[in-house]
Order: sequence, then structure tokens, then C-alpha cells
Amino acid sequence: MFLLRPLKGDRGGQIFVALLVALVIAVTVMANLPQENPLHLSSYTVTLLGKYLTYALLAVALDLVWGYLGILSLGHAAFFALGGYAMGMYLMRQIGDRGVYGNPELPDFMVFLNWHELPWYWQGFDQFWFAMLMVMLVPGLLAFVFGWFAFRSRVTGVYLSIITQALTYALMLAFFRNEMGFGGNNGLTDFKDILGFSLQSDATRLGLFIASAVVLLLGYLACRAIVASRLGRVAVAIRDAESRARFVGYRVELFKLAIFTFSAVLAGIAGALYVPQVGIINPSEFQPLNSIEVVVWVAVGGRATLYGAVLGAVGVNYAKTWLTGVLPDAWLFALGALFVLVTLFLPRGVVGLLRREKEQ
Amino acid sequence: MKRLLIALLLLFTLPALGAKVETGDPDLDRAFEALLGSDFAAKQAALQQLVANERPERFQWVEGILDGRLRVLKKEKRVVWVEKDGRQFKATDALTAQVLGEFKKRKLKKFRINNSLRRTIRSILAARDLDSPDPRARRKAVEAILENPSPDQIALLQPRIEKETDPAVLDAMQLVMALAKLQSPDEPERLKAIKGVSGSLEPAVRQALVRLAENDPSPSVQKSAATALRKIEDRVRVMGQIETLFFGLSLGSVLVLAAIGLAITFGVMGVINMAHGELIMLGAYTTYLIQQLMPGLPGVSLLLSIPAAFLVSGSVGIAIERGIIRFLYGRPLETLLATFGVSLILQQLVRTVISPQNVPVSNPEFMSGQLFINSALSLTYNRLYIILFCMLVFVGLFLVLKRTRLGLEVRAVAQNRGMARAMGVRAARVDALTFGLGSGIAGVAGVALSQLTNVGPNLGQQYIVDSFMVVVFGGVGNLWGTLVGGLGLGIANKFMEPWAGAVMAKILILVFVILFIQKRPRGLFPQKGRAAED
Repeated sequence: MFLLRPLKGDRGGQIFVALLVALVIAVTVMANLPQENPLHLSSYTVTLLGKYLTYALLAVALDLVWGYLGILSLGHAAFFALGGYAMGMYLMRQIGDRGVYGNPELPDFMVFLNWHELPWYWQGFDQFWFAMLMVMLVPGLLAFVFGWFAFRSRVTGVYLSIITQALTYALMLAFFRNEMGFGGNNGLTDFKDILGFSLQSDATRLGLFIASAVVLLLGYLACRAIVASRLGRVAVAIRDAESRARFVGYRVELFKLAIFTFSAVLAGIAGALYVPQVGIINPSEFQPLNSIEVVVWVAVGGRATLYGAVLGAVGVNYAKTWLTGVLPDAWLFALGALFVLVTLFLPRGVVGLLRREKEQ
Repeated sequence: MKRLLIALLLLFTLPALGAKVETGDPDLDRAFEALLGSDFAAKQAALQQLVANERPERFQWVEGILDGRLRVLKKEKRVVWVEKDGRQFKATDALTAQVLGEFKKRKLKKFRINNSLRRTIRSILAARDLDSPDPRARRKAVEAILENPSPDQIALLQPRIEKETDPAVLDAMQLVMALAKLQSPDEPERLKAIKGVSGSLEPAVRQALVRLAENDPSPSVQKSAATALRKIEDRVRVMGQIETLFFGLSLGSVLVLAAIGLAITFGVMGVINMAHGELIMLGAYTTYLIQQLMPGLPGVSLLLSIPAAFLVSGSVGIAIERGIIRFLYGRPLETLLATFGVSLILQQLVRTVISPQNVPVSNPEFMSGQLFINSALSLTYNRLYIILFCMLVFVGLFLVLKRTRLGLEVRAVAQNRGMARAMGVRAARVDALTFGLGSGIAGVAGVALSQLTNVGPNLGQQYIVDSFMVVVFGGVGNLWGTLVGGLGLGIANKFMEPWAGAVMAKILILVFVILFIQKRPRGLFPQKGRAAED
């Protein structure tokens, strides 16, 4: 119950948590039904839902910095992808000698490039705990260094947005290079198992789904706790009147740095959960478009509510899955229109719309 | 034994006896007959005789003997041009140009030549070119000798140097002579020749000097050759630097063109237009469509595309401003999102309406080829034109902003919107026109880009991050900043490429700009005044 304390006074959050718990129970039961039962959930659907949940976690992380701190990061997918790469490296090492070339030490692409030993930055990734540490540490460190420079020199507003976009663009170009040692164009793929469980089995997939749900819940609660605390109130003050907060005596850059770094770590964890479920990580995850899509999830759901971000992420991605299946050409039209309409007519997102209905 | 000898003798003389030529001119007949014979000394003489003839076709005949297209029809005794046509040969009389029909190979006799005859023929042809009245042809001939020097051809040059009037041809001739003297057995002659070629960038000179510096028996020649070589290498290095600078300037011009429209919408109006790249793309597609409308006239259609692209992109820009952006003034982050949505819609529109693939845009003739400066440096015309075009657009835009009523109003609104409105400036109209101007310039940039890169739906996306970098680096609200920033980043990029690689250079530039913004958040040339503070 200590964990649920941040939900006090957060009606939307309470509903979200209840729905999430219900979803996990329902999916677990339905996935275990016999195949011929009409309510049986295929492992494809389970994985799809798991993917949505990792997106939701990424959206929550972005909402924390955009909704509550006023930093529009156009590079959050970079942290997501970095976490994903850290996980991918662990999964690559787990392949062992089952790769095409059967090299027990080197991943296939390194054998293909005629490399003879594992680069230093791949060391340790055969250990799960180390990989998980890196999942949090690498995005966190990047965000810390980036934020350290940016916030101290008071780069704000659109300038900050543009340089976060430049950051993810630069990373994309870098990861496309074969010399980087991350598989270049193709990225990391052909994963076999995680912690000894085969990634192809239904049980592992269900497990990953449940893990995503649990981590999303914990991430949500942590963000909620931050928002409800004094730290969160200072953050809102910075968002609304940065200079005033500074004049009152708050070290604005430190608050920003702390929250931004935490958000990047959350994004990294989301990426690490995403990769084993989709089975591939490649440099296109760093595309500027991906980061902007995250922004639109949050905008559609409703900024500065956290649960709105979850709603937006799941809703937009469900629409994307559905629309790219039915009318592949229409997806970008729909996404573009969504950007325009939401900013023009729904500045507070779907959540804002629901709230307004209630108030009337 | 005796019989055998007679038989052999008959065998050798018979073909010569059998091949008679009847052209109507006995001198020509004799020369061609000698050329068909087996006495090579007589053939040499016959060649000279042939050239001494006054007929205008004589050099073509000599050329035809060299490449085997000139043959003799044995039965008809005529000299003919042959052209291979399947298994047969089509023959045309070499004197009357009368078509004689098709013949089997064995009906035709070839003029047999050896290496010495080949050399003579080449010299004859070189001498013809060297005596040509066109200095370009003369120069070409000298260059051919330079590439493939032989003593008898160099001997051709000697009497012509004194008569030569064109300085470029003269230079080239003297270079060939000096190059020949580098091989002279006389040591002071060689030393003099080294002085003569010093500073030349021809690869042939470099090779000759390398040989001298390594193998010459005289140490003083070796030393002087090495010095000359070093001087040449220094010059080549300088030329390489100039070429890199040129590449950098052309890349920088592309960046400036792509960014300068943004400098207006973002810099002057403070509007983040993420659809800017797609406005560039629309300009490029306008070029494509106009070329489709006017096939066969790439030059005219390219020139027409410039105003057309300006109008297309400009009106789309005004539509975006009137329809979306004006509701979002003062909320830059929302503007960013909404215009990003517009960019997605425009991209998909092009994919659906025209094609998801790249479309071909042809280059007019004057854009291809290169400007030859010297052997180590030549500048391609398309890059040269891009640099010029960029400067033109920049100056034009600058004049519009500084010298016209609209420019005055734009600057007034940018500096202080409220005050400008109080003075009677219709801010809303100015906003729309400014946005249209910036968007129109993006379209013009698209015309230029269509000549350099592939035109496809993703064209805009490739330039959007770069153009924002340029604007932010140069300083928002300042055209000079954009110019200096764009050219600077372009040149820096090209100078880093040789040691860092193309992709790494780009990454380093991005990282550099990110760090630079930390140090100077308002760019190279920050806007001054109270309005610049938030």
C-alpha cells in the first residue's frame, strides 16, 4: 500500500492502475485458454500489447519532462533506443555459438566484418545484471552530460528542442556506421533466448508482457510520486516561470537535470523491454520522426497528466497498427492530421476533453 | 630446290602484282600500289607521296590506313572505305563516295603496316593538327604528344614553336620540349630543362622528375629534380586545398539555400516551421513537373521553374500560415508540432499523387562539364552555378528586406510587434507575406537541389536538421549569420571529410553545433536590443 500512496487524489491514475491490473489478469487468463476457445489470445497479440505498454512507459517518461518541466525533448527515442541497444547486446551474447558462423564469442556481424575479438564496450554484456545496469546507466549518463551542458547555459524552448533532435540525428548517423560495432544498418537481431527462456515460446512472451506491465506500473508510480512531491511542484514552477523560480532561489538547472536524467533512464528501461518483444533493434529507432511521434502520443492523450500519456501512446499505436493494416497510405495523413488537429483544437488532449465534459 | 625457290618467289610477288589500283590519278595509283606491296621502305616513301597530294581527303585516308577502314577492292581495283555489316563489308569508293555494295572479306585487300609505319602515320596526323588554324585543336595535339611523347613527334614541334601565336598552346609546346630535354644525355641541358618544367602540374612532368630524382647518374641533377618535385607537390597540395574549399563552398551554399528561408520564418518571425523541408521538396517537384510539360527544353524549363517554385511553395506557405500558424503565435512548441504534422501530410501527398519513388530531373547542358583551371584543379559547373545562385538569392533577399516597404514592415514587426501595429503596420498581413517569402525561397532552394540530389518524397527530411543547425549556429534573426554559418559549416565539413569520413564529419559538425549552442545560445551573430530578451 506504501507503493500506491502517490495515487491519492489522482482519479485518472487510479482508473489507469485498475485497468492495467485488469488487463494483466485478463491477458494471462486468455492466453492460457486452449487454442480452439474463441477468447484465446495469440502470442502475437500478447506481444503487441506488451509493445504498446513499453511505448506507454516511454510516453510517461516524456510527459514528465514536457508536461511538468516544460522541456520538449525531440530526442527521447534516442534514450529508448540506447536502452534497447544495451538489451540487444545482452541478447546477442546469449546467442553464443548458435549464430550462422557458430563463433562462441563474436556476434555474426563481427565475424562477417572480420573482427577477431570483442570490442571493449561489449565486455560484460553476457551478464544480465550488467546489461540491466547499462540499460539505465547509458541513457542516464547521456542525459546527464547533455543536460549538464544545456541547462547550465540556459538553453531553453525551441533551441533545446532542436538540439535534442540534432542529438538523436547524430546518434542515428553514428549507429549506421559499421565501424561502431553495433551491427550498422541491420542492427542487432536473431535473438534466441533471455535468461535461458526461449524468446519464441508463448510463456516467455507472456512473461515479457507482464514484466512490461509491472515496470509501467512502477514507472508510473515513481513519476506520480515525483510530481506530487515538492520536487514536482518546483518543476511546475520552472515550467510556468523559469526566471521567477530562479530568482526565488531554486537552482533551476539542478532540478531540470535531475528530472531529465530520471526520465531518460525510464525511457531506456522502456527500450530494454521493447527489444526482446519485437526481436530487433536497429539505427532507424534513432530517427527524429520516432521521437516526434512520442510527442504526439503525449499531446493526443493530454499533457501533464501522466495517465493521458499512457492513453495517447496506446490509442495512437492501436490506430497505427489498425490503419497500416487496412490503408497503409493513409497512416501518415492520419498522423499528420492528428498533429495539426490536436494542437489547434485539443491543446490539453483527450484527457482535457473528458475533463471539460465532466465540468459542464 | 631451284623450283621451290621460284615457287616461293612467285608466291611473294604475286599478290603485289595482282593488286592494281585505278583511281584515275596515276600518282595516287602508284602510292596506293606501293602501300599494298611488301617493301616497307617503299611504303614509307609512298605515305609521304600520298600526303604531298593536294586532295582534302588525304589525311582521312592515312587515318583509314592506320585503323584498317581503308581497303582495296581487288577485282574492281578501287580504294574503298569499308564498314562491317554482319559478315559482309559495306564498301564506299574513297574518291567518289559512290556506294559499291556489300563484299566478302576475301574480296578486299588491307594495307599492311608495321610499327614504324604506324609511327609515321601518327606523326603525319599530329603535324596536321599542329598546323590547324584552330588553337584548341593545336592545343589538343600538343597534349596528345605530351601524354605519349616520341622523338619524331617532338621534332615536329621545334619549327612550330617560333610560329605559335596562342600563349596557351605555346606554353604547352615549351613544356613538351622541356620534357624531352629532361632525357637529354647532356647534364647542363637536363638541369636547364628541370628549371623549365618547374611549377608545372602535368602528371607527365611529375613522372619524369620522379625518374630523374631516383635514377639520374648525376647527383646535382638528382638534387635539382627533387627540389622541383617538392615544389610541384606543394603546388598540388595547394590546389587540393582549393578544391576542398570549393567543395565546401558548394556544400555550404546548399546549406545556405536550404536554411535561408528558415532564417526568415524562424529568425524573423520566431516560427518553427518543421514543414520547411517539404516546401523545399515541393520546389524540386515543381521543377520536375515543368520539365515534364516541356520535354526537350531542360534549360528553359529550369529557368522557368525558379519563379514557378517560388509561387508554389510560397502559396503553400501562406496557406499554412493562414490556416494553422496564426492560431498558434506565442506557442512555439505547438507550432513545431502542428507544422510537423503538415510536413507528414505533404510528404504522403507527394507519395500518393506522384510516386513513392524518386523522380528523374534532367540537368541542362550548361550545368554539366567542368571548368578547367590546370591539370590539378578543375571545377564542375553545377557546383559553380549553385554557389553563384546561392549568392544571387542571398543578395536578392537582402535587398528585399532592406530596401522595400515589405522588408521595412517585416523588420518592424520582428523587432516589436505591438509598436509596429501602433504605427499602422498590418501585422497579420505582414506575417502572411513574410511566411510566404520564406516558403517561396525554400521552393527556389528546391529547384537548385533538384540539380544536385535525387528528388523524392524524403528530400526535405534530409535537409531539415541541417538547416535548423545552420540557422541556430548563425544566430536567429540575422541573414548574415545564416550565410556565414552555412558556408562555415559546409567548408568545415568538407575539410574534415578526408580524415574523418563523410558520415563522421557530419556527426562531428552536429556535436560541434550542439556544444557551440551551449557556449553561445544565441548563435554567432546574436540579435541585439531589448526585444531580443524573452
